[in-house]
Amino acid sequence: MIEGIEIQHIILVSSLMFFIGVYGFMTRKNLITMLMAIELMLNAVNINFVAFNKYLHPENMQGHFYSLFIIAIAAAEAAVAIAIIINLYRNLHSIDVEDVNNMKH
Amino acid sequence: MDFTYTIYIVLIPLFAFLVNGLLGHKIKDSISGVFATLALGVSAILSYFTAYNYFFKVGKVDGVYEKITAFNTTWINFTDKLHIDLGVLIDPISVMMLVVITTVSLLVHIYSLGYMKGDEGFTRFYAYLSLFTFSMLGLVVATNIFQMYMFWELVGLSSYLLIGYYYTKPSAVAASKKAFIVTRFADLGFLVGILFLSFTTGTFDFITLNENASILAQAAPLGFMGLSVLTWAVILIFIGGAGKSAMFPLHIWLPDAMEGPTPVSALIHAATMVVAGVYLVARLFPIFSAVDPIALEIVAIVGGVSSLFAAIIACTQIDIKRVLAFSTMSQIGYMMLALGVSGMGEEGTGFMASMFHLFTHAMFKALLFLGAGSIIHAVHSNNLTDMGNLRKYMPITHITFLIACLAIAGVPPFSGFFSKDEILVAAMNHNPIYFWIEWAVAGLTAFYMFRLYFGIFWANDKKHDHAHESPFSMTLPLVILAIAATFAGFVPFNELVTSDGGFLDIHIHWNIALPSIAIGLVGILVAYIFYKKESSLPSKMEKSVGSLYTYAYNKFYIDEVYMFVTKKIIFNKISTPIAWFDRNVIDASMDSIANITNYFSDKIKTIQSGQLQQYITAFIAAVLILVFIFNYLIS
Repeated sequence: MIEGIEIQHIILVSSLMFFIGVYGFMTRKNLITMLMAIELMLNAVNINFVAFNKYLHPENMQGHFYSLFIIAIAAAEAAVAIAIIINLYRNLHSIDVEDVNNMKH
Repeated sequence: MDFTYTIYIVLIPLFAFLVNGLLGHKIKDSISGVFATLALGVSAILSYFTAYNYFFKVGKVDGVYEKITAFNTTWINFTDKLHIDLGVLIDPISVMMLVVITTVSLLVHIYSLGYMKGDEGFTRFYAYLSLFTFSMLGLVVATNIFQMYMFWELVGLSSYLLIGYYYTKPSAVAASKKAFIVTRFADLGFLVGILFLSFTTGTFDFITLNENASILAQAAPLGFMGLSVLTWAVILIFIGGAGKSAMFPLHIWLPDAMEGPTPVSALIHAATMVVAGVYLVARLFPIFSAVDPIALEIVAIVGGVSSLFAAIIACTQIDIKRVLAFSTMSQIGYMMLALGVSGMGEEGTGFMASMFHLFTHAMFKALLFLGAGSIIHAVHSNNLTDMGNLRKYMPITHITFLIACLAIAGVPPFSGFFSKDEILVAAMNHNPIYFWIEWAVAGLTAFYMFRLYFGIFWANDKKHDHAHESPFSMTLPLVILAIAATFAGFVPFNELVTSDGGFLDIHIHWNIALPSIAIGLVGILVAYIFYKKESSLPSKMEKSVGSLYTYAYNKFYIDEVYMFVTKKIIFNKISTPIAWFDRNVIDASMDSIANITNYFSDKIKTIQSGQLQQYITAFIAAVLILVFIFNYLIS
């Protein structure tokens, strides 16, 4: 139990982070920025995991493990995503998401 | 006595067919022809041996010839009761047919060595001939009606192949298709008849069917129009027989079938396959006579009408093979009529006469066709108008043709006289109307045959540059058949082949024989006056009978009636609307389902823009909507 901080505050922070991430993902045109927005969303989820683990089942550790797991996956995902972005840049000379529109009807 | 070897009579031609059919391109023409001929020679010798053993060695037991199942194997076993067998049935008519088929087939094989010499498809021709012989032999020895049906279709197939032998000629292709379709159409009746018959009686087997004919006929349930199911079954089976035997009104394929090579016409369309219908009725004769008399009356009427009808047409045709084709139809009409007026046992004169006429007819008609082939070979034309004066060029063909004409005209002591006389006796005993019809047909027969004879060999003093007597391989069969046609009448059929296998007491009835000889001689005399020398009499005669001549010359427009029924009525009035319905309703509804789907997918495919952020927006909006629904509307 963290002294003086209610769970609502923590959830509020994580929600704000998540929706900032969503907003960023939907509005930014730069692929790298979008990747950063995804990281924001993932970390918002991490905060939720840790907080609920702490407040609801302090005797267990699953929430912590999941956070660590997500961090690891996020790292891998970032590596793959950046590799894709580099390849896109080589082919299109642009990392604007609107230029990547070959997969359509 | 063991008759198991009879299976080889059937199998040897099959073997010859397989060798020539599969390896034909590797074998020299002359070798393949000689091989097929020798194979058939073995078959023929075995047949004679069988006939000798059956008729004389084994002979009669208690005064009748027994029916022997020489060989039997279950081919398809559905249940204990329902099984289809293949086997060899030996009884007087099948042995008689074995002898006829192998004899004529052997002679045709020999004849074709000369006639077909140098033809491109020589081995193919022999392969087909062997296939036909195999099928026909399988048909006559069938132990059950299903085996018979199977071989029945096989002879139809080989007939189709041989009529269409010159497949580059459009008329031959059309003729072969016509023959196949018309007989196939009739075979539908046969098949339905078999189903009725076996359903009511519970068996396919001929021996069981024939021995219990009267019991089965009485036990058969009542069918349609007051006739029992069994009566309908035999009438339907007779339709199949009538189709194969070119009986009116299913005869239209036979004249066209003359497009095939002439030896084929001699073998298939004169001596063997076309009498399969007669054989079928004879095979099931106990059933035919046990059911309602209407069945046999139909057989007699169809036979009588066909014989008269064909004889009238034959008097007007120019193509010599077509004259012979109509003559065949007319003679088969005699056989059918004889069966139709016959009874069992003591009253079985008609049955005996029919089989007798089948036998003699096979000999003299094959001779006529082979003679015609020899003439066509020399003149290179089928038309009577291109012939005349040929007696000086082809003496052997001339004499043998004359013998055949005398035989078919019923001049004693040639074979046709005896068999025709028995038919007339049987017809007289049954109903004098039939007698007078057949009596008139006998006169017409004599007339048109001698019209042909005088037209070919006398008529004028035309010079033929290329005409010459045919080679030995062609004249030998002519001579053999001429001997057979002369003496076949002395075969004692009343002892050998009767409806119940017993002895039938017959003698020549001079009150019937004399008028028939007289009308035959009148026919010959009229032909002599008309056609011996070129004269204006025939054309005067044509004018005096006026429209009858035109009708007969055009075969009474039966072909045109068929064309009218098929093209104008069936194609235009029935098939075209159905085709329209199929295209515009059934196909169209399926098409419109596809088209509507296509249209909408075309409209909504622009949603797939390729813009990642649009997808995300849609996705998140959807998630929010779902959250809203599950939280506030459903819970």
